[in-house]
Amino acid sequence: MAERYHPHELVVLLGTPNAESSRLYALTVTEGDPSWAGALAGVALGLPVYHVLEEPVKSQVAPEVYEEHVALMEMVLETGEIAHAVQDVRTSTGSRA
Amino acid sequence: MQLQGKKVIALGERDGIQGSAIAECARSAGAEVVLETTYCFV
Repeated sequence: MAERYHPHELVVLLGTPNAESSRLYALTVTEGDPSWAGALAGVALGLPVYHVLEEPVKSQVAPEVYEEHVALMEMVLETGEIAHAVQDVRTSTGSRA
Repeated sequence: MQLQGKKVIALGERDGIQGSAIAECARSAGAEVVLETTYCFV
């Protein structure tokens, strides 16, 4: 998929449940699999990555859709820590849409 | 970051937010979903 489109056309949206998994996914689609266990080990895709709970995403989603599909999990998950983790990866890798 | 007109890869997780839910959100923001999946680590 990443080879079919230009990185500037793509955005990766995550639905990961905690900060640790969010960081792992975000690193995998930017600078490559940090665990060096999968097919993306050493493959720097450089894709823009956000978590669906982050404000820059939430603010663009239709409120009724967000309420129906995501709002419940927003109350359960550690939104702040997740957002920080993905934001850190964007900052450290220079990834942005 | 603008989702409008972008192609979205929705990577959901069963214990978090499912790919289908992410895809609905992306479409409502004017993006095209090119890949939608939900991982399960059990």
